[in-house]
Amino acid sequence: MIHGLVQLAYIVATGLFVFALHWMNTPATARRGVFAGVGGMALAIAATWAQPEVVHHLWIILALAAGVAVGVPLSRVPLTAVPQRTALSHAFGGLAAGLVGTAKYYLWLGEGPENLTVFRMIAIIVEIILGFLTFTGSLMAAGKLQEVKWVPQRPVTYPLQNVTNLALLGIAVVVGVALVLSPTAAWAPAVFPVIIVLALAFGVLLIIPIGGADMPTVIAILNAYAGLSAVAMGFVLDNKLLITAGALDGSSGLILAVIMCKAMNRSFANVLFGAFGQVQQAKASGEEKVYKSESIEGAGQVLEQASQVVIIPGYGMAVAQAQHKVRELYDQLKKRGIGVKFAIHPVAGRMPGHMNVLLAEADIPYTDLVEMDEINADMPQTDVALVVGANDVVNPAARTEKTSPIYGMPIIDADKARTVFAIKRSKNPGFAGIDNELYFSDKTWMLFGDAKNVIGDLVKQLSGGSGLH
Amino acid sequence: MTPIEAAAAAPAADFWGQLYVFVLASFIGLGVIRRVSRLLHTPLMSITNAISAIAVVGSIIVTGADYPRPIRVLGAIALFASMTNIVSGFLITDRMLKMFKTDTRPGEGGRS
Repeated sequence: MIHGLVQLAYIVATGLFVFALHWMNTPATARRGVFAGVGGMALAIAATWAQPEVVHHLWIILALAAGVAVGVPLSRVPLTAVPQRTALSHAFGGLAAGLVGTAKYYLWLGEGPENLTVFRMIAIIVEIILGFLTFTGSLMAAGKLQEVKWVPQRPVTYPLQNVTNLALLGIAVVVGVALVLSPTAAWAPAVFPVIIVLALAFGVLLIIPIGGADMPTVIAILNAYAGLSAVAMGFVLDNKLLITAGALDGSSGLILAVIMCKAMNRSFANVLFGAFGQVQQAKASGEEKVYKSESIEGAGQVLEQASQVVIIPGYGMAVAQAQHKVRELYDQLKKRGIGVKFAIHPVAGRMPGHMNVLLAEADIPYTDLVEMDEINADMPQTDVALVVGANDVVNPAARTEKTSPIYGMPIIDADKARTVFAIKRSKNPGFAGIDNELYFSDKTWMLFGDAKNVIGDLVKQLSGGSGLH
Repeated sequence: MTPIEAAAAAPAADFWGQLYVFVLASFIGLGVIRRVSRLLHTPLMSITNAISAIAVVGSIIVTGADYPRPIRVLGAIALFASMTNIVSGFLITDRMLKMFKTDTRPGEGGRS
């Protein structure tokens, strides 16, 4: 009886999860999706807890309470820190999968070796390898994003890196196969932790060579891994709700990773094993080129004369926390009847959709946030393209320079606008370390300084000259 | 069929059922998520994160059943990690989604 009710609850929960994701197809219904998700989750927890085999309640209550205590503050981080929060939650997901897999293995080893069938063992091995590598990999990614001191920001590479990494994974797989074949051998309980250690190490080594510009893809891939480890857990526990929910998460990570890869014209393998950081140094030298810089007054006048302005935000906007100032500028321009749109490159920022969230936080209507493919058609009719802390996503070298590491990457055609203003912190190249031809173009004027201050000054300039006192 | 044979056959039957569910769920996932607005990719990631914390279900059993203490400790840590993801995942998703508006605040901007 109770078993049937539990299964029924699981089916309803599955349906609610599918609806939760379905409602994310437009911002108008998206919040309903959250309620559906919470409902499904509450139902699943209640149904599981109600099962007769759950007899110790204190530990459950304590663990749930601790989860709430940590989860609530984690949900209140500033939106610029959302990428690292996301990476951290992938780490937690991986950890949970790894630990449950480990617990189940030792449990069955002691109390029911007949449960350790070949299939279950495969599922357990996959679960712990994926789980633990996601755990450390995501922690590394979170550390890089948070710019934690002892985590190297720049890609770290060394000779035979890929060979070493793959060898490590290979050893883990070989040990795993041995365990699948003889899960109850005398050496098995001692060898099992070896796989855990190898997976933990592999996770670290996998992320160390990856640079900030590749983070959106890497976060998406780790998302897929976290989902797949939940699927593996579902196989281990023979729980179809886990399999379904994990598959939804896994396919989400996969789709996002594919979108990110396409937006950079690179393959998965290239992102994971390409060590973006290596290629760039080769191109650092070259002839001296001159930037033309413009004063705030001059830029303000040009903006006032424009009828169509496109703002192209990048990670620099997030770093400078400039989104609220951008909003003020948006208001000033709109007040003059100037059309203002935002051009959003899929990999702008450090995670998929990062720019959209920051601009939405600043109360900019999402109807003015335009995807790259759509906005590019309008760029030739645009009077001013204002680049705020973006670099590689507007670099024309992606179109022309065959030797450039970003060659072939689709970009926002800022250079097709009549005038380009680029706000830049310093004269150093961007994250990918590549010189940007756009900045030396005849129609480009640089506004050097912190994005927040520069835009703040622009707003002052515009509001001062507008006749409103 | 001896009990041993039955024990050996049962998981094999499960295996195909589970694989079936996995493949179908993946197709549903791909179909649904392809339609998600690109504006919402960050909230999408946080909500799928919360949903995949359904690992909480496995963790509750491992923590609460009459298993040896070390096993239950592992379960409790997993339960804590999953619950953290559920709480922070859903809360931050909602917080972000609340910010997506078509219109700006009334009385500001003075747009015509």
